[in-house]
Amino acid sequence: MTQPIYSFPGGLHPADHKAESNGRPIQSAPLSPRYLIPLRQHAGLPAEPLVQAGDTVLKGQPIGAPGGRISAAVHAPTSGRVVGIEQHPLAHPSGLDDWCIVIEADGRDEAVAMTAIDWRQAPVWEARAALAEMGLVGLGGAVFPSHVKLESHLNKIETLILNGAECEPWITCDDRLMRERADAVLEGAEIMRRLLGAGELLIGIEDNKPEAVAAMRAACAAAGSDAKVVVVPTRYPSGGAKQLIQLLTGLEVPAGTLSTDIGIQVFNVATAYALQRAMELGEPLISRVVTVTGHVARPGNYEIRLGAPIEELIQLAGGALPGASGYLVGGPLMGFDLDSLHAPVTKGVNCIIVTHPALFPPRPRAMPCTRCGQCAQACPANLQPFEIFLYAKAKNLDKAQAYHLADCIECGCCSYVCPSQIPLVDYYRFAKSEVAARDREKQAAELARDRHEFHLYRLEREKQEKAERLGKKASERLEAGAVAADDPEAARKKALLEAAIERAKQAKAAVAPANTDNLSPERQAEIDAIEAKRKEAGQKETTP
Amino acid sequence: MIGSPFVLLEKNSVRITMFKVMLALIPGTLAHAWFFGPGIFVSLLVCGFFALLFEGLALLMRGCCFRNFIGDGSVLVTAWLFALSVPPLAPWWLYAIGLLFAVIVAKHMYGGLGQNPFNPAMIGYAVLIVSFPNYMTQWPGPVHLVNHVPSLAEAFDLVFAGQGSISVDAYTMASPLDTVKTLLRAGVAKADILANPVFGRLSGTGLEWVAGMYLLGGLALLANRQITWHVPVAFLASVVATAGLLQAFDPTNNMGPLFHLFTASVMLGAFFIATDPVSGCSTPRGKLIFAGLAGFLAIVIRSYGGYPDGVAFAILIMNVAAPFIDAYTQPRVYGHARGGKVGR
Repeated sequence: MTQPIYSFPGGLHPADHKAESNGRPIQSAPLSPRYLIPLRQHAGLPAEPLVQAGDTVLKGQPIGAPGGRISAAVHAPTSGRVVGIEQHPLAHPSGLDDWCIVIEADGRDEAVAMTAIDWRQAPVWEARAALAEMGLVGLGGAVFPSHVKLESHLNKIETLILNGAECEPWITCDDRLMRERADAVLEGAEIMRRLLGAGELLIGIEDNKPEAVAAMRAACAAAGSDAKVVVVPTRYPSGGAKQLIQLLTGLEVPAGTLSTDIGIQVFNVATAYALQRAMELGEPLISRVVTVTGHVARPGNYEIRLGAPIEELIQLAGGALPGASGYLVGGPLMGFDLDSLHAPVTKGVNCIIVTHPALFPPRPRAMPCTRCGQCAQACPANLQPFEIFLYAKAKNLDKAQAYHLADCIECGCCSYVCPSQIPLVDYYRFAKSEVAARDREKQAAELARDRHEFHLYRLEREKQEKAERLGKKASERLEAGAVAADDPEAARKKALLEAAIERAKQAKAAVAPANTDNLSPERQAEIDAIEAKRKEAGQKETTP
Repeated sequence: MIGSPFVLLEKNSVRITMFKVMLALIPGTLAHAWFFGPGIFVSLLVCGFFALLFEGLALLMRGCCFRNFIGDGSVLVTAWLFALSVPPLAPWWLYAIGLLFAVIVAKHMYGGLGQNPFNPAMIGYAVLIVSFPNYMTQWPGPVHLVNHVPSLAEAFDLVFAGQGSISVDAYTMASPLDTVKTLLRAGVAKADILANPVFGRLSGTGLEWVAGMYLLGGLALLANRQITWHVPVAFLASVVATAGLLQAFDPTNNMGPLFHLFTASVMLGAFFIATDPVSGCSTPRGKLIFAGLAGFLAIVIRSYGGYPDGVAFAILIMNVAAPFIDAYTQPRVYGHARGGKVGR
């Protein structure tokens, strides 16, 4: 029975530019003299350094421990000496500097003792625990810590999908990896299948990579695996996790949930390869294959240690040709501009494209949106991108959210086809960050209000308690002196006290948790300030 | 700084889109010249001139990047559609007034390209038919039926210098829709009306060819993915259904679906005017509702309204409702279950 192929809406057929770099085998990069190992190369919390300046390290030695549950370890790519922990520019869309462990290589490339894990025999928990130390993250670009994705899930994982679609133009590192190391990739996937207890293993590959398809099929046959290699039509963004799931299973991941909630887990082929090395060789993630292409002398794929400067990678590819205008990290549809060539190769860097104005003409000045709907026809999430754009531009965040801003995967299809050349995705990124900032502010304002109300309540309560205490004391004193009952002065005092106690009782009965009456001017001002803040945060005003 | 994507579809811009729409209008325009004389070329030129003039003035007054917008072609499409909707050989000031309302009032007063709630060409047409109904009925007759076909030079004279030696009756004739309206009202039998030489096989003689050429141009736009099938299919289907129903109920007083289908304004409306993305609907279901109701209204106005044609009014009325229809016809978004299956 052949595996059915479904479809997803929208999508593109951009010029794929795969031939530039997919013709030559993966080349190993020589060692660099100096490595920068950023502590944050993954989604989640940064790693915590385990070494300090002056320490000597060996290849594969952990130098940063996971900083939390969603975090990943980092390892020394080669043997050498730690010269410091410094801030350096990184290959990241933010363009910000971040902390890196700087290692000077000693050239000996001595490794720590690495022990393979017998994943076929060892209990699943043991294999998982070992993995958590290996620094594995999703190598397709999302860099989410892999061991978290391989934990046991609430829902049973029925289908494991291996993502070999590689739908972005120019990138060919997964293609070459599948062609050359299909057995290891498949074994990595089989390990994942075992760890997840998944029944079905589907390997999705676009039909523009027939060699990779053949290699993976041969590997399946050789290993006697029942994994199915599914050839999907070449259409960007088939390699988006949600789109590949839709292509291979016909299922949509419900909004606001994870694919594991419907029993599906997706991994990139390069991640499977890294996992296989971690299990079979005990080697943590210290290298990856990177495509270097575009306006360079020798485009190709290079296996390089993590932490090496991107500049060296470009030199390996023969250097940028004259007229180069810049550098992109990742593909041209979802990648980003690289600010500094000194930035190191990190776990998420799958491709470096050297740009030239002829290959990447500058975006013309944007015209107004004419609601032509080309973007809606191209959107794989079935959104009405122009509506979100118009509301994002007007900073009407509620409306942008109502038109499902949150379901945008930022694939760039809408921007690509826009006849008005509007940088639509930039508007979505802006709106998403504004929404996040507004939510944070709203939470902070709510917290401040709760604290303030409790503060008022406590003051009121203390006042009550004091009055009660005083009243009680006075009545005790009065009862003690009851013999002098005919003393008119004492009788008057007793009456006054009784009245005070009565008043205190009434006040206690009337106490409300959020009483903001009879406030001092300072308190009123404080409340006003909070109210103003809340209004600013767009929340409907409610009188406390 | 502008982020990803760093690649764009080639040969894709507002200007190119507008250029393609104008290319698609060429067959219909040529058919018009073939059957009704070269006067259409003069009115096209005059309309293009006034449209660009008003566009330029409005852009300068608004102080918003004259150079980026003057060449976007959108105003030329407006001018072309307007020129095809009003009679050629009318005095120049008629075109000027129509385009003043189309370009300045309907387009730029609402914010220019992409902002107009109404189709500008149809606003220009509506202003003229309400204000100058007599000029708007003086359509040149088919060349084989009129006494005199004005040459290009005579056409220039007529437009700029007025009547001169040629009498209006020498080259104009009541249009088929006018004929139908007046004669049906006068109680003339349908068979007798259709015996009038102004009618052809399907609809007006010559006009049915113009309609056919609009259809051809529209199909080219469809094939080139400049428009989607929703609007033309819904509009034409609704025209046929409405006309068919009316004819079934009252055959003596209503023309049949084929007659209505092959009138030039229906084809122009279906492929070039109701498809205007700015003033129309954007969602697939919205387009079906928008165009379906527009087609229905067009035939109802034709059959029961005071004006011989109803396409322009129908589309303008539906323009009002377009944002509302869009809001209630949003497609199901990935991962949201409403009306679809999500998850296992």
